[in-house]
Amino acid sequence: MKKISRSDLPRLFEALSQARRLYIPADDGSGQAKFLPYTPGMELTQNLNTVRSAKDLFFPQVENLLKFKVQGKQIEILDDRDPVEPFVIFGVRACDCRSFDVLDNVFLHAEPADTFYQARRENAVVMTLACNAPEETCFCTVFGIDPADPAGDVTMWQTKDTLYLRANTEKGAAVLDDLPLDDADDAAVAAQQAATREILKKLPLKDLDLNGFDHEHMLQKFNDPRWAQLSESCLGCGTCTFVCPTCQCYDIKEFNTGKEIQRFRCWDSCMYSDFTQMSAGQPRPTQKERFRQRFMHKLVYYPANNDGLYSCVGCGRCLQKCPIHMNIVKVIKTLGGECHDA
Amino acid sequence: MHEMIKAKAIELLESGCVNRVLGWKAGEFFYDLTPAVFTTREEIERDFVYSVFSAANLSKYLIAESRKEGKVAAFLKPCDSYSFQQLLKEHRIWRDNVYVVGIACDGMCDMDVIRDKGVKGVTAVHQDGENLKLETLYGTATMPKSDALPERCVHCKSHKVVVFDEMLGENGEENPDSGRFDEVERIEAMTPDERFAFWRKELSRCIRCNACRNVCPACSCEKCVFDNDKSGVAQKAAASDFEENNFHIIRAFHVASRCTDCGECSRVCPQKIPLHLLNRKFIRDINELYGTYQAGADMDTKPPLMDFTKGDAEPSVVYGRGGKQ
Amino acid sequence: MQVNETFTPTIVAFCCNWCSYAGADLSGTNRLSYPANVKIIRIPCSCRLNPMFILRAFQRGADGVILCGCHPGDCHYTTGNYYARRRMTLLFSMLDYLGIEKERTRVEWVSAAEGAKFAATMNDFAATVTKLGKNKRLEDLRCTK
Repeated sequence: MKKISRSDLPRLFEALSQARRLYIPADDGSGQAKFLPYTPGMELTQNLNTVRSAKDLFFPQVENLLKFKVQGKQIEILDDRDPVEPFVIFGVRACDCRSFDVLDNVFLHAEPADTFYQARRENAVVMTLACNAPEETCFCTVFGIDPADPAGDVTMWQTKDTLYLRANTEKGAAVLDDLPLDDADDAAVAAQQAATREILKKLPLKDLDLNGFDHEHMLQKFNDPRWAQLSESCLGCGTCTFVCPTCQCYDIKEFNTGKEIQRFRCWDSCMYSDFTQMSAGQPRPTQKERFRQRFMHKLVYYPANNDGLYSCVGCGRCLQKCPIHMNIVKVIKTLGGECHDA
Repeated sequence: MHEMIKAKAIELLESGCVNRVLGWKAGEFFYDLTPAVFTTREEIERDFVYSVFSAANLSKYLIAESRKEGKVAAFLKPCDSYSFQQLLKEHRIWRDNVYVVGIACDGMCDMDVIRDKGVKGVTAVHQDGENLKLETLYGTATMPKSDALPERCVHCKSHKVVVFDEMLGENGEENPDSGRFDEVERIEAMTPDERFAFWRKELSRCIRCNACRNVCPACSCEKCVFDNDKSGVAQKAAASDFEENNFHIIRAFHVASRCTDCGECSRVCPQKIPLHLLNRKFIRDINELYGTYQAGADMDTKPPLMDFTKGDAEPSVVYGRGGKQ
Repeated sequence: MQVNETFTPTIVAFCCNWCSYAGADLSGTNRLSYPANVKIIRIPCSCRLNPMFILRAFQRGADGVILCGCHPGDCHYTTGNYYARRRMTLLFSMLDYLGIEKERTRVEWVSAAEGAKFAATMNDFAATVTKLGKNKRLEDLRCTK
């Protein structure tokens, strides 16, 4: 365990940004937080979490894949990917850190690996920050996440005036070696963890019941008539999808720049009416089917294919941001809990 | 007010006047109300909530609801009634299938505003006269209700419900001195460089979630131009600065002279982009160039962009206006 | 591109089929000259001009966009240009509000008989846009870089 005074954070950021590009959660100009490239003078946000999740840094909203140049009968294919340099993300919360596991299963562990995502993952050092003050919308503990002891290459805790750091991996240890840190014992961290865990007991959503969201009850959940009522006021916007740390759907599109064709990919949302549009039309014709798809994917299909790992991490972003306040918690509460055989 | 509205909903349902009621449904917390259709007395008694968090404008749902079998009762706040009437004017809502209950409103609170004031982890709220008592995970807090109001309510244009079959509470008055154009004027007074920097900072946060469009009562096209794959616009991707500007300029333009300034776009924006400032710019220009006009205020006047006079200002009028150089 | 003297702007002129397009033709048959970098796009009426056309022209490298239509009162379809006039006024005002140089957009009424006015308008507009330089604020970096 290492430590540094919180008043020395600027010094820490300077040191961290020497060797690598550093991202910290800071004010994006609207009073909300976003992971931004560190520049001198930038301060760590006071908010618990960012609006856009840390997945941005591994799976950006828009990225170029390649370019085509057509000359006569020749088609030239040019690599158009942005170069990836080593970087470090400071202050990732436990929920977002778990989301990397979810994304890894999709982009790395399935064949073939997504080389764009892979390059960023390999070049990144994740420094997580334990939560001291969870909000009412937090329910990561439901998915077995411990916000008082997050994973990552380095885990950090904040007390009133000190930041504690513990390396979990070799990559993390190598980063800490270069930093102006003092040795510390575990006592203060243990006390902070105990305090956080007291608050966790008071979280209103801590007892969500996920019983029945599994492979065996797939059809029962799919055919549940209550999807109609749950989805009736859904606007079909993509807010929940785009703030979600685990949503990983994308579309591949082409843009004619006038000189060449640029192929890029961009996040897509299963809530959109043209999602997975095919020549025969949309396979999910109404908002009910689209809405159902999103939650079935998170709570049933994904865990069925990934050893029971839910693709929700309980960060609460969709609870705060949905324009009509319909969210995964309401879905779980409405459809969960009862395990009749289908 | 809550009890009165609930009783009215039950009365309308049980008298057979309507066969369903459009309102707000209780959520996990006190503030996360969801628009919902109620069909039984039990549902209304259990779930119907009208509170300072019933902010969602229900008018747009009536486009679909009014086309269904039977009559639906809708509770409309002053803002919502302007949107409703504008949709009536555009023949988007079938008036005969809606029973409108107007409700007086003195501002809806916004959880984001409360969070911005530094109160976090709020688990319950009680309204105590002009104050909100907030219970949080970290103790209790009190704030005046006026501190929890979003911009659109602080600068409320009208407390008047403009169309109703029945009114609950006393109908209010229009508020011509709302000061809602102050911010527009402040931006207009900037230099072009400052204006460009201001809007780039705001619009660059856009994540193209389309919430502003989908919630907007004026955006009622069956198929949006931005959902047309063949139009060449990047649709869901904020692929470049241009795409962000393009989307927001065109969206504001498409609703110009039909936008009632209900403020839903800014309420739902997850990135807190002050989108209403684009719409208000059009409203202000229209007022100045073509005479004061309020969309949704009546059924008779023509929207200024569907009208003209022979003596209209030439587009070159713009060269002589706008801010420092 | 950086040095203004050597900068030749790209100008897109949307011309109404019934007047300005013929006006452009007349200026040609009269051997009047206007800049070769003015690209004319024929539209059936000035009110056909969708505001997105203007933005797309800027996206694709235009440095100035001008709309030419029939004089108010002379619209082939009676009232089209009156609607166009309101729309363009509001659109230009909005572009100005977003900090985009308002001199980059213009509307001129040019009849089929006004070949000289067409040439003069284009010369004047090209000079104005040349002074402003390259369009930076509404460009799409994917197209221009």
